[in-house]
Amino acid sequence: MQHTMAMRLSSSRGAGMPAARSSSSRSSSRCAARAGRTTAVKVVATSRFEASNPFMEEMRATAAHIATRGKGILASDESNATTGKRLESVGVENNAETRRAWRELMYTAPGLGQYISGCIMFEDFLYSSTAAGVPFVDVLRKEGIVPGIKADTGMQTLPGTDGETATQGLDNLGTKCKEWYKQGARFAKWRAVLRIAGPGQGPSTTAIMENAHGLARYAQIAQENGLVPIVEPEVTLGPGSYSIEETAYWSERVYSHVFRLLNEYNVVLDAILLKPNMCLPGLDAPPATPAEVAKYTTRTMLRTIPAAVPGIHFLSGGMSEEESTLNLQALNEACPNAPWSLTFSYGRALQATTLKTWAGKQENWEAAQKVLLSLAAANSQAQLGQYKGPHPSPGGGRILQALRTGGAGK
Amino acid sequence: MPIPADDASLAEVAAALAAPGKGLLASDESVGTIGKRLEKAGLVNDEETRRAYRELFYTAPIGKAGISGAIMFKETLQQAAADGTSFVDCLTRQGVMPGIKVDEGLLPFEGHDLATGETSTRGLDTLAAAAAGYRQGGARFAKWRAALRVDASRGFPSERAVELNAQQLAQYAAVCQAAGLVPIVEPEVLIDGTHSAAEFGAASERVIGATVAQLWRQGVALEGCLLKPQMVIKGADAAGGRAAPEEVAAATLTVMRRVVPAAIPGIMFLSGGQSEEEATLNLNAINVMAQQQGKAPWSLSFSYGRALQASVLKIWSADSSRAAEAKQMAVALAAANAAAVRGAYDAAGKHPSVTSDSSLREAFRGWHGPTASAPAAAAAAVAQ
Repeated sequence: MQHTMAMRLSSSRGAGMPAARSSSSRSSSRCAARAGRTTAVKVVATSRFEASNPFMEEMRATAAHIATRGKGILASDESNATTGKRLESVGVENNAETRRAWRELMYTAPGLGQYISGCIMFEDFLYSSTAAGVPFVDVLRKEGIVPGIKADTGMQTLPGTDGETATQGLDNLGTKCKEWYKQGARFAKWRAVLRIAGPGQGPSTTAIMENAHGLARYAQIAQENGLVPIVEPEVTLGPGSYSIEETAYWSERVYSHVFRLLNEYNVVLDAILLKPNMCLPGLDAPPATPAEVAKYTTRTMLRTIPAAVPGIHFLSGGMSEEESTLNLQALNEACPNAPWSLTFSYGRALQATTLKTWAGKQENWEAAQKVLLSLAAANSQAQLGQYKGPHPSPGGGRILQALRTGGAGK
Repeated sequence: MPIPADDASLAEVAAALAAPGKGLLASDESVGTIGKRLEKAGLVNDEETRRAYRELFYTAPIGKAGISGAIMFKETLQQAAADGTSFVDCLTRQGVMPGIKVDEGLLPFEGHDLATGETSTRGLDTLAAAAAGYRQGGARFAKWRAALRVDASRGFPSERAVELNAQQLAQYAAVCQAAGLVPIVEPEVLIDGTHSAAEFGAASERVIGATVAQLWRQGVALEGCLLKPQMVIKGADAAGGRAAPEEVAAATLTVMRRVVPAAIPGIMFLSGGQSEEEATLNLNAINVMAQQQGKAPWSLSFSYGRALQASVLKIWSADSSRAAEAKQMAVALAAANAAAVRGAYDAAGKHPSVTSDSSLREAFRGWHGPTASAPAAAAAAVAQ
């Protein structure tokens, strides 16, 4: 069976292994591409959409900036309901002001721009300001952090499937994108979720097709209106004892459908970013080492993500803060000269201890900001393959949250 | 470099074919196609002439000059040098892997003709059995050519042409991998036409994108296959003269980065329609630009037919006693292109080519099966 053959190949050579391992040098250094990047990449427009889009150059520059080596994305676009749950978990009352203050704490952390190149925001906060009245978008831009916006309105279950979901938000998306662009957003994010039900039970064809379509159509609309689309096809970490090989197999399947449709919809890959999952075994299977995570994740990326995509920003979904950093470090060790940046778009992995440290108390404000900086710095080092530890938030178990459906993004 | 052992994985074989500074000799012209060229050069299209012609290449030291693999036609896989050494041995002894063309030629869509219309490719029905035989006979890799046409006025390439050819390529690739042959996947977008480079790029993105999607769909192991596309270049009949190599390089790299996964070890460009010198200059420019810019995780190499052969045929057909000189030309052409793969070809220097500067474009490139002029060869080919 072809699937088996694919796996046999990988174990015989190991994509991304250091060049020294094999005498057929080029083979094992798939990631060891040409050294010495000195010239900007010239791109030739190949579709009427691309040629006539006035935002194309700006979007390419934005995507390239966000994918700057040594930097990553702070994902802070949790809906009010989700944010509320987290605030309440550390004893903070959930209201508009506390949610705003929590964002202010993160966005005004001094020096955040050293490690963070983009920040995904929830719509409310794209239009919010600090207590002193400075708009959040200005605070971020001053630090060289590009403001981005969550573009989808949440998930609904797909009828006839076993709890699989589709993502909503295409209606009026163009109009919304124009408004967001006016307010200062320069990229967007749309999260599609696929799930592996158990060993041998991957996402259904229905779910794959629906989510691939949603992502492609959203990406097209975003680019039409000047926003770099982050394409997020998350094969989510869930219960079950399925192996890491299975996750890799289904991830390949999902991403290949997504990129087929991106091609079909004339989405310009030079001006998107990808936000995929790392390959992890199911929650009930033995955990994988960072080296195993790196092996399967890089292999999957090499097989499915064209080099034109400037940055691959992994989600942290479920991984502890330390695991998120260790795995990112392992990825960059395995693939030191990858054609795209292998970096992060972390929410929980940058926020969990930060929030616990703040706990809603003004006297903890600076300490919490320092925690955020240290977490961002650790992941920045991991992106460069230079993380050595100790981790600012060591240990810690999985940070899981139930999949929310029925949302209209509120 | 040594040929990977017989039990080497497909990924190892593919990596060796696409090793740094290496490329492929495409010498798999069918009886009909090579026949037209031999006859145009004043020679007789018979089995002995074809054999003697191929011997020039396989007994020249092309391995040292940078050739990692030579694609053969099935008749040639059975043939030998004048001293009795099989061509397979001639090649493997000098570190060149034998490959085999496994398609049975282009089949025009109903109501289309070969010269102007759309086609699919024949050969899937008998492929599995044939592939096993070829592997036994010493072949390590295979090649299958699909041809697609760009013509906006007629809506080419049509959805049907794109999807059907992509599916066939993927099926061929899967069957070959199962038989232990590394498949070269060739979705050639024809250079014929008046299209711009941008149009050609758009068509290439569609075609290669659909092909790669089918490879994924049918479980083809990308680490164990190679892609053979055309460079992104304006139409042969487009206005404005020849495109500068830097333009070809920028357009080609843009497209390849968008549709070719990094897991494929090598992009082995075809030369169809380019002159020998153009093919070398363009390949060199592509590699120079890739070295400067990065983001090029595959080998950017060649699988050239005419661009490695035209001058050789010219010398030999003029006087068969100039065989040694012809062999030196084979080596020189190979070396020039191997240098281009390293981005080290001296663009200001003199290219070894002795054919005129005009393109080696041919209107007819397809095969209908055994020709009336060579029934014995055809019978032998079928019987093997």
